[in-house]
Amino acid sequence: MSQLSYREAVNGALIQEMERDDRVFVYGCDVADHKRIYGSTTDLVERFGPERCFSTPISEDAMTGMGLGAAISGLRPIHVHIRVDFLLLAMNQLANMISTARYMSGGDLSVPMVIRAVVGRGWGQSAQHSKSLHSVFAHLPGIRVVAPTTPNDVKGLMSAAIRDDNPVVMLEHRWLYDTVGEVDEGDAVVPLGKARVVRAGTDLTIVATSWMVVEALRAADLLAERGVSVEVIDPRTLAPLDEESIVASVQKTRHCIVADNDWSFCGFGAEVAAMVSERCFGQLGAAVSRVGWAFVPCPTTRCLENEFYPNANDLVRAAERSLGLDAMDLSGFDFYTYENRFKGPF
Amino acid sequence: MTARAQALTLYESLLLIRRAEEKIQAHYAEDDMKTPVHLYIGQEAVAAGVVNGLDPADPIVGTYRSHGIYLARTDDPEGFFAELYGRVGGPAKGKAGSMHMARPQDGLFLTSAVVATTIPVALGLAFTQQYRKTGRSVAAFFGDGAMDEGVFWESLNFACLKRLPVLFVCEDNGLAIHTPSVARRGYKSVADAVGGFDCHFVESESTDPAEISDLTRDALARQREDGRPVFMRLRCYRYVEHVGPREDRDFHLGYRREEEFEYWRARDPVRCQRERLIKLGVPEAEVAALETKIDERLSRCVAEAQKAPFPEPEELHRDVLA
Repeated sequence: MSQLSYREAVNGALIQEMERDDRVFVYGCDVADHKRIYGSTTDLVERFGPERCFSTPISEDAMTGMGLGAAISGLRPIHVHIRVDFLLLAMNQLANMISTARYMSGGDLSVPMVIRAVVGRGWGQSAQHSKSLHSVFAHLPGIRVVAPTTPNDVKGLMSAAIRDDNPVVMLEHRWLYDTVGEVDEGDAVVPLGKARVVRAGTDLTIVATSWMVVEALRAADLLAERGVSVEVIDPRTLAPLDEESIVASVQKTRHCIVADNDWSFCGFGAEVAAMVSERCFGQLGAAVSRVGWAFVPCPTTRCLENEFYPNANDLVRAAERSLGLDAMDLSGFDFYTYENRFKGPF
Repeated sequence: MTARAQALTLYESLLLIRRAEEKIQAHYAEDDMKTPVHLYIGQEAVAAGVVNGLDPADPIVGTYRSHGIYLARTDDPEGFFAELYGRVGGPAKGKAGSMHMARPQDGLFLTSAVVATTIPVALGLAFTQQYRKTGRSVAAFFGDGAMDEGVFWESLNFACLKRLPVLFVCEDNGLAIHTPSVARRGYKSVADAVGGFDCHFVESESTDPAEISDLTRDALARQREDGRPVFMRLRCYRYVEHVGPREDRDFHLGYRREEEFEYWRARDPVRCQRERLIKLGVPEAEVAALETKIDERLSRCVAEAQKAPFPEPEELHRDVLA
């Protein structure tokens, strides 16, 4: 075990997999510039040369198709986007080509490709630098979607994604880059499609994605003060979803909140809520509820942004509603701490 | 290969495509071939010529109008018709149909129903050739309509920047569905527009597959010499409607002119190649025997496909993920 930041864990996984397999290469806008995608692509060009790590023109559509071509002919491309929003320019390749290539070839082709994209937040990222879109990607058959939350998970899941023979969209939240945690040494692959119980509890399950795992843990701390025991589950892989882990937890706690780092409408939270309602209907003590972004484009100014993003406060209130409890006193508690630490600009 | 043998090979390739398409025309109304068909009749010299000029191991990608390159590269009309009829014996077990017909084992990796979408895929296939130093080049077939798409220009730019071994094969039939090029292009000419890029440029309106094969071979030699990709603008003409089995003689609607149709018809690639064979001294009986052989083979293909099994229901969920 060693202590690594999320960015170091991403970087470590890339180096490890590129050393292990010469089919792996990393490309995208700015991957080889002096900033190296927040340090996540540090040292790659120095270690592996410009053939295996190169910056590209701002041509997301063509560069995504390029990855598809490389993948179906035996290489393992990793395409990097510094914001998920930019990946929308490649949506045709993703939705029409990459996700269908195996099926439409009757199983002749496989597409071992990883698409990394960073979810932005804060310091005025606003409407075009803050999207997550995991439910959009997960909606498409033929793609895996992963959103790791801890340094250990991002390292292990990145390795798994690179070794997987399918296209994997890997969503990395910008704020998580600075988090530090224990990371398993060496070849520690975290399997795709397995959720993780981040914190065990007995009264209520919070299924949380991406940054909302951080908020869920804070809410769990607050609720523990009044004797409520919260179980926090991080699905980690959103497609395919580890339904069994979620169902097992809700069968125990009988209460479920989905805290999704996205809009709720037609989103991942709705998927989990429907699945839990179908599979745990008779055992539920309350309807499954969802906590997500305000259903508006993300505003720039901080005061509105604070209203846009839900936090631990919203989760505590949702938990209280689910359990039929009075609202606890949260005055004097500062819910906006990370916002004050993140100085941007990007 | 002697000129005579080469001419025969090319005639066989042209005729296989033409007659296969005519089989589709003959059977389409029976309603068993449930797949939108974008026929290639009139354009055969491009597929036959370019594929002949490529090395058999050079990867290819195509479009929804790729019956020609499929038959020229794979010599697999059996699988071709099985796929059109949605049978399990097709290269994609009926999941691809006409618009996604491909056969990776023969180097035809992908075709696609969305305009220009396989062009960037050719970049990746070429990247692999460059990375692995295979010496192979990749042919990306696309119509002139694809030049209206941003991804075409992105792809051309990147191929030139990285000197990727790509042969951009623009099958310029002058129409994007029903819109002529003059109504779509803001540039002076294809040569001018592509001329600013660091690539080789080849242009032809030949319907002689041998000439197109030679152009391809020369272009590949130049590409392999200095690494610069090649753009080939091969003018051609489709006799049929954009999608569907009908010959397109809707001249009264104004998007194509009869003189144009007749100009190309007079240089029909299949008929002209037959005339070349006779001129080269190939006996009429030998040509006729070849034609009969192809016709019989295709009739067998259709008959076999019509009675072949459909995929089982379990096939629906197979091959979504590896």
